[in-house]
Amino acid sequence: MSVELGHFALILAFSLALAQAFFGLAGATTHRAHWMAAARSAVIGQLVFVVFAFGCLAAAFLRNDFSVLYVAGNSNTELPAFYRVAAVWGAHEGSLLLWLMVLVIWSAAVGVFNRGMSTEFISKVLGVLGLVSGGFALFIIATSNPFERLLPAALQGRDLNPLLQDPALAAHPPMLYTGYVGLAVPFACAVAALIEGKLDANWARWVKPWTIVAWLFLTLGIALGSFWAYYELGWGGWWFWDPVENASFMPWLMATALIHSLSVTEKRGLFKSWTILLAIFGFSLSLLGTFLVRSGVLISVHAFASDPSRGLFILIFLALCIGGALTLYAWRAPRLQSNAGFHIISRESFLLFNNVLLVVAASLILLGTLYPLFIDALNLGKISVGPPYFAVVFLIPMLPLLFLVGIGMHASWKQAKLAAMRKPLLIALGVAALFAVTITLLIYGRMSVLKFVGQLAGAWVILSSLYQPITRWRAGQRVPPGILGMCVAHLGLGVFVLGVTTVESYKIEKDLSLGTGQTVTVGHYDFNWVDTHQVTGPNYDAIEATVRITHDGQEVTVLHPQKRVYHVQTSPMTEAGIDAHWQRDLLVSMGDDLGNGVWSVRVQYKPLVRFIWLGAVIMAIGGFIGLLDRRYRTVKQTAEQTVQVSDPVSVAARS
Amino acid sequence: MWRFLIPGLVFAVLIGFFVIGLKRDPSYVPSPLIGKAAPAFSLSKVEDPTQQVSDKDFVGRKHLVNVWATWCGGCRQEHEFLVAIAKQNVIPIVGIDWKDELPLAQRWLTQLGNPYVATGFDMEGRVAIDYGVYGAPETFLVDEHGIVIYKHVGILTVEVWQNEMLPLITGKATANGART
Repeated sequence: MSVELGHFALILAFSLALAQAFFGLAGATTHRAHWMAAARSAVIGQLVFVVFAFGCLAAAFLRNDFSVLYVAGNSNTELPAFYRVAAVWGAHEGSLLLWLMVLVIWSAAVGVFNRGMSTEFISKVLGVLGLVSGGFALFIIATSNPFERLLPAALQGRDLNPLLQDPALAAHPPMLYTGYVGLAVPFACAVAALIEGKLDANWARWVKPWTIVAWLFLTLGIALGSFWAYYELGWGGWWFWDPVENASFMPWLMATALIHSLSVTEKRGLFKSWTILLAIFGFSLSLLGTFLVRSGVLISVHAFASDPSRGLFILIFLALCIGGALTLYAWRAPRLQSNAGFHIISRESFLLFNNVLLVVAASLILLGTLYPLFIDALNLGKISVGPPYFAVVFLIPMLPLLFLVGIGMHASWKQAKLAAMRKPLLIALGVAALFAVTITLLIYGRMSVLKFVGQLAGAWVILSSLYQPITRWRAGQRVPPGILGMCVAHLGLGVFVLGVTTVESYKIEKDLSLGTGQTVTVGHYDFNWVDTHQVTGPNYDAIEATVRITHDGQEVTVLHPQKRVYHVQTSPMTEAGIDAHWQRDLLVSMGDDLGNGVWSVRVQYKPLVRFIWLGAVIMAIGGFIGLLDRRYRTVKQTAEQTVQVSDPVSVAARS
Repeated sequence: MWRFLIPGLVFAVLIGFFVIGLKRDPSYVPSPLIGKAAPAFSLSKVEDPTQQVSDKDFVGRKHLVNVWATWCGGCRQEHEFLVAIAKQNVIPIVGIDWKDELPLAQRWLTQLGNPYVATGFDMEGRVAIDYGVYGAPETFLVDEHGIVIYKHVGILTVEVWQNEMLPLITGKATANGART
């Protein structure tokens, strides 16, 4: 019964989304206050019904109601209760419902935290969000209904994919979706600004925290996904340049560019059409990612159910959403020109470089991701583009970006006087170079141009981010959260770069066969294969090995890698044994049983691999600190506050 | 202000590609063997290792070449269907036992029934390489002139058999593609 109620609630939510879209957009254009109020109520109603529908589906999972097709396909009585809840978003239908719920939560947040913007503007934003959530609700109802019944009911469910039975992965989709879907807010704000034909400093100041929150969740979500792949897939890779991963990374790059572009629009009233375009691109790439993952036009290691009719629906939705926004852009953006100029050496130009390089990076990834599709569509054959392309191509925009970050942070608006900064920056560069030489030559004993440049870039970004807070603190000045947040986020970037460079330069991977009592040496560590034995988990059986690791005769740790076979979906899973340490990870994963107690084993030494995720977490913390800045909380004085653009210095600099 | 149109135009081109892409199956891999002579082979028989089985034995007859192994779960599933096909006496099935162990393969055939007119024992997987085998099971349809006319990757299903292979065997259709 509750399942039907959930289905019904979903249909009601869809109707309310249409009401929200109509009253939001029509109310704002015809200035009818009661229509605009109706749009706000519709959001709250939609939130109630979507949360109710989601709750009904979760309840069906908790009850093990195998008369629901989706539950029967993704759960099992043996599945622990925690994973039964996580199984709600374990496959296509439920994850779309989560997508919709997150979008409606964001919309409701816009309806509530609307201080500082005109009712008309908020109404338009809600209207656009209503169109998006209406489209998604229709998509779920028409092609991917999670409430479909299975008659006669199954006696037992097919179980959740064992790969997904993991705490990190249970949390990964909600995080990632919060970020993905959060980009709908800047998108809707951009569309609303295009409709109004007006974009001012106040707009940028209002949109920025929304973007930062979405970016923050996206950062954590991607990091969590990468961390999961690292230990759960069992083979020690942390990024695979898989279409699904790229689909989450491209919106991240766009959101990063958008945050920077918004600063310029806020402070100087420049880059308006850039900002609008980035806001549109960010959400477009989120939708595109959904399309690529769900339609099956590309092959991915993430085996999601794909279906051409779903693909066609999302494609039409994508075309209407993005096509509509870009048409509006072509029509309205020329009005948003600003006449202020800036000097070639100024924060504006550094941020412009930053934007261009990030967009180039995202485009190169998009090109690589879609290249197989293009080639196939043109009947030129079948190819696949893999890590060799991405790893090389991604460095081209990223290396200059990393070096510019260090200088750009210290450049002031309009015209920067870097002469005063030259000495500290040169010292930072010198220290970074010394650090890079020490790490490459003395600690790891191997050096190449790329290894050196990677270490240099990481250290340079870290030192440069530390400069401002340290000098300000020493001078007894307060560091405003906006600046501190920026410095911390960039520090995180530096930490991330150090981690990536070190692990990619100095990791050791060995594939061997090991029998009881045998010992192998990998990177100063001796791995002793003690024995293998059977263990039983709640819903799986496993063969577990005991591996004793010693360093100079001292015991470091004992690892227990497993080869699991889950009872229902009998595919074997590799659980790597990992010894984590801030400066290195040791991994042992079991391959195949070669008979007589001998196993094929992969043994890995991963220096500084934790810095990759640590860097991402620091970046997110930086974003959070930035949110605390007072300028996002102070109520603005006038509704029509615009940017001072007739600044004599910049106009002179431009001409 | 043409430059403001650029993003929209690029997007339109992208949509065009997606529309084409949706109609295609990314896992569809055309076999280079279709329309070409089936690779020659000569292997010792699983049933009796002192005897040889070769592609020459089947010249002038349409036949299926089925690549299987005892370690392959899909082959176990497919086996029953192969036995059923063999009973219909429509077409001889030649087995290629891929990277297997002889005693296991012999036991498999005696216990589960033997749908094959002969099975070659391809211990090193050389013949499978010549045939471009991705993974077992795979089935090739070879015509009277020794030309491969159809290839199926994965478990042979009733649908594939009735809709794709049978028309080719009874000569009611010509095909030039393969589906995975």
